[in-house]
Amino acid sequence: MTILKHEMRQSRNTLLIWTAAIGFLLAVCIFLFPEMESEMEEVSDAFSSMGSFSQAFGMDQVSFGTLLGFYSIECGNILGLGGALFAALCAVSMLSKEEKDHTGEFLLTHPVTRRRIVTEKLLAVVFQLFLLNIIVLFLSLASVVWIGEEIPWKELLLLHLAYFLLQLEIGGICFGISAFLRRGSLGIGLGIAVILYFFNIIANISEAAGFLKYITPFGYAEGTDIITNVSLDIHLVILGMIYGIIGILFAYWKYSRKDIL
Amino acid sequence: MKAIKTSGLTKFYGKNPGIQDLNLEVEEGEFYGFIGPNGAGKSTTIRTLLGLIRKSRGTASILEMDIVKDQKEILSQIGYLPAEAVFYSGMRVKELLRLSADLHKKDCRQAGRLLCERLQLDTSRKIEELSFGNRKKAAIVCALQHEPRLCILDEPTSGLDPLMQREFFSILREKNQKGMTVFLSSHILSEIQRYCSRAAIIRKGQIIASGSVEELSRTSAKRVTVHGKFTPEGLDGIRDLQSTEEESSFLYSGDINLLLQVLSSQPIKDLNISEPDLEEIFLHYYTEGGNIQ
Repeated sequence: MTILKHEMRQSRNTLLIWTAAIGFLLAVCIFLFPEMESEMEEVSDAFSSMGSFSQAFGMDQVSFGTLLGFYSIECGNILGLGGALFAALCAVSMLSKEEKDHTGEFLLTHPVTRRRIVTEKLLAVVFQLFLLNIIVLFLSLASVVWIGEEIPWKELLLLHLAYFLLQLEIGGICFGISAFLRRGSLGIGLGIAVILYFFNIIANISEAAGFLKYITPFGYAEGTDIITNVSLDIHLVILGMIYGIIGILFAYWKYSRKDIL
Repeated sequence: MKAIKTSGLTKFYGKNPGIQDLNLEVEEGEFYGFIGPNGAGKSTTIRTLLGLIRKSRGTASILEMDIVKDQKEILSQIGYLPAEAVFYSGMRVKELLRLSADLHKKDCRQAGRLLCERLQLDTSRKIEELSFGNRKKAAIVCALQHEPRLCILDEPTSGLDPLMQREFFSILREKNQKGMTVFLSSHILSEIQRYCSRAAIIRKGQIIASGSVEELSRTSAKRVTVHGKFTPEGLDGIRDLQSTEEESSFLYSGDINLLLQVLSSQPIKDLNISEPDLEEIFLHYYTEGGNIQ
């Protein structure tokens, strides 16, 4: 597991910054809730009756005046988009950076198979996502306790699980793409995460674009749906995991036959 | 035992051949030179042997193991020094050496320490603070600390000062005497001539000559240096003529009697006829596409 350890050491600062940023924003949002709670009673109706805009963010389904409603929309967007961006950036550069930074010659002339390299680098992506989510979940729970609210365990854990699965899916897809790239991977990663995010918003607004829910992982990680139904759409989750696994299989296929220039 | 053996080894980049039908044999324990200018196919050959790029056709084995099937086992027994050593940023030299040793699953601390001492490499320094020469030293330690059976060196001395070059070759010689095979790819012919017992010359992706360095240097052409006024009229087989008022120097591969006749008819002060060095022969291969004469 030398490569895994090496990757974790190399990514330490980036992981720390992203975790701190997402965790901090989540905590700030939660700390704002008690102050906003009373005012929210009045504006909640307004938020839920803004037509397409309310639909786009699921505000027509939940109340901003409750912790869960507030959390699923505000915090969902922070963790959903922030986590997706981190997963995409981390995974899309994981294999390609060796060629971009010209370190592939060093790594691949040591006695490790390419399959091993792909496996350990994939584990590095999963470990980083796992660590980010565990720390953010802990910060989130601590913040809820801090403001004196009761922790809605089931809904909160389901929300965080959905975002973790979303990150795994995007990570898997971007990891596959990473095997095909030689340089300039970050733009592609950012682009994929943002496009998938907007696919979900479009699917929420227009019924005709509802099929996009089957493409974007934000479809099954819709916070308002999760707290309303207290469950995940398992079909969409399975479909998403299949996309992620296909990405990973492509990574193994391509990287094991790629010329490292 | 053959340390390296290739047969019809070919690599195409798209439609362009990098190397074509390359046949090469290096015996275990040899100090073997691989000569060619930039772009001749030296690095492509090495990268194919190491598995960094996939061969298009042909076969190749290292230490009698197939370069495709037994790649991991091969890599555990060879050391590789790239022309341009690039490492991960943010690491210290000692962390890099430990990473390399860990990837080899070997405890190389003692060998690494000895090499660092001889090459005067400070292992506490950060990689990004190192000069090109010091990065090269770190790469040398990575290539040698696990005691490989075969060491493949691609332009190893670029960036090293003359004292370090001498120390580096002295380390290589010691290891070679203990049985390590050295495959030295270089365009610096004096290095090949000084250290290698056998060599191959590569041009446009193909081996155009191979054999002992002595054999490669042996040719019917002589380097003739004439002091005094000299005009080479009536002489065939003159190449690389360099003339001043006082001195003329050229490579001569024509009739020696005719040369002596022409020389005796001219007011020359002194004469020197010697064997050309490997560099001159190498230029001959590249400028005239010739064969060994």
